[in-house]
Amino acid sequence: MSTRRAAVGTKPSTGVVPLRRTGTAQSELFDPRRSDVDEWGRSDRVRAFARMLSNPVYAKWFRAEWEGLDRIPATGGALLVGNHAGAVPCDAPVVMHGIETELARPVYGLADYWFRTLPFIGTLWSRAGGVPARPDNAYRILHEQGQLALVFPEGVKGPSKPYAERYQLQRFGRGGFVEIAMRAGVPVLPIAIIGSEETMPVLWQVPAVAQALKLPYFPVTANMVLLGPLGIVVPFPAKFRLRVLEPVTFDVPPDQDHYPKSRVMEESERVRSMLQEALRDMLAERRSIWFG
Amino acid sequence: MARRVLVTGADTFWGGRTIQALEADRTIDVIVGLGMEEPSVQWDRAEFVRADQTYSILSRLVRATQVDTVVHTFLLVDSSLASPRRMHETNVIGTMNLLAAAEASGSVRHVIVKSSGLVYGSSARDPATFDEETPRAGRPRTEVERSLVEAEGLVADFAGEHPTATVTVLRFANVLGDEIVTSLSRNLSRPLCPSILGFDPLVQFVHQHDVVRALEFAFHQKVTGTFNVAGAGRLPWSEVAAICGTRLLPLPPVRPDLAAAPLVRAGLFAFPPELGTLLRYGRGMDTRRFSDAGFAYHYTSAGAVEAFARQLRLRKNIGHPRHRYTYEHDVEQFFRHSPAVVRTPAR
Repeated sequence: MSTRRAAVGTKPSTGVVPLRRTGTAQSELFDPRRSDVDEWGRSDRVRAFARMLSNPVYAKWFRAEWEGLDRIPATGGALLVGNHAGAVPCDAPVVMHGIETELARPVYGLADYWFRTLPFIGTLWSRAGGVPARPDNAYRILHEQGQLALVFPEGVKGPSKPYAERYQLQRFGRGGFVEIAMRAGVPVLPIAIIGSEETMPVLWQVPAVAQALKLPYFPVTANMVLLGPLGIVVPFPAKFRLRVLEPVTFDVPPDQDHYPKSRVMEESERVRSMLQEALRDMLAERRSIWFG
Repeated sequence: MARRVLVTGADTFWGGRTIQALEADRTIDVIVGLGMEEPSVQWDRAEFVRADQTYSILSRLVRATQVDTVVHTFLLVDSSLASPRRMHETNVIGTMNLLAAAEASGSVRHVIVKSSGLVYGSSARDPATFDEETPRAGRPRTEVERSLVEAEGLVADFAGEHPTATVTVLRFANVLGDEIVTSLSRNLSRPLCPSILGFDPLVQFVHQHDVVRALEFAFHQKVTGTFNVAGAGRLPWSEVAAICGTRLLPLPPVRPDLAAAPLVRAGLFAFPPELGTLLRYGRGMDTRRFSDAGFAYHYTSAGAVEAFARQLRLRKNIGHPRHRYTYEHDVEQFFRHSPAVVRTPAR
């Protein structure tokens, strides 16, 4: 209240609150915000609430375990790149939850703008740190604001692939993520995730339903077969293991208009094979789907 | 050097207040205000000329007055105030006539155009923040956006053909203030304000005071190019409504315009198509280019909303101001041209 009175200047303040006048420097302007929603639509309070709700799932259901978390820098931008799997993928929330609780750094999850078109879900997605995956959005997050962004270059090809192809990395888009990291001058941190494929194994696809419902894909999952409609939202309790790999840096100047496509594709392929190799390594060590 | 200025849209808030701001500057010799209606604010020395909606009188006027600067504030940005046809006539044909007149006269060296963030549109594919170079995500779907995009295209062509002329395009965010009435501000001043169920978009505002200052700044600094003008930060629509003390009335996400139609008809609120998309996806603008050019804002987005809310509360407590200025042609002519009036220049 006192700051408000001082700022509008109804009368000179005699208290300890310094009198602020509008119209000096940009940072000094009176800015009476009521919510903590930032320019991306993310809200710390919503995130904290989401973390509180998802903590039992993270710690007790998936029992997520990390390796190499110290490779994620404490400050500055970095592009986190993971493998994407499970019909309704749990990997993004798990990664975001894990990094936010362990490192106390916000993570912006880049995803298809399609989420934005959904009432309620779109708003919640945005408040929880979801951002439409666009090069200019990513550049601002990584370069200008020095934050962490998470992206799954496989896109929908990851979660929609059948269980028979589990842990087989799909094509990494057109290498856009490499170009973004180059332009922003930030490292790429590959994160290999196992357990995600078994949370919601895709048995087969029903394109007609997807078309009718305007969904990117519509699978029949093992969860649906066992649990009925409940299977749409309940994942199996597979053990999650996440390994942060060596940061990949590119020896190119940032802020260029154009990067050679050959180089971009090459680096994209390098990250992809690093991830694929790590996945095979982790799976070779895994004794049980449920207990790791 | 003494400057001679023509301001279009002189009858609107934008033009009227800009003229008032320019009048204080004694280095400006001549200020001519062109408008369809009589001016709504009092001017000391600016001259008013009435025109039709396409400004067909322009070439004669510019030739006769030999103005060197044109401030084009007469672009309609609210489709609930004009028919699509009128919007096209005013925004596209009006701008075309203006630029043709400027070109033909040979005296015009600076053109300032008041455009709107509407040229970026509002869609799911949008980036969170538009800078001046970001192309819009899709073709314009509403007439107001289409006509503004077309008008800006004409201005860009003019700038390309006349590299020696200074052309400034200012794209304003949604304006809030006690003097300017838009469908957005009208909605926020009512007890019920529309929203779309399940959507809470981020919107950005600029205070009317900063609008006039921005036009004045562009006039004095002669900055070239396109600039976004918006207060820092952006707010969820729900927060805007909360600050203004209005309740949100959620419309169904499927065809909200159909659900809104009877309510609009009943006078409950305005729901033009461009507001429908804004209330779904919002819009954010990067304002660094204008700040870097030297413009200092007096209000952030939230500050503009709060200042607007204060005015609403004041209005609620004391009612609308009684004394409104009425333009009397004879009286104004007397003060400007009668030998009986003692004029003391440059006080």
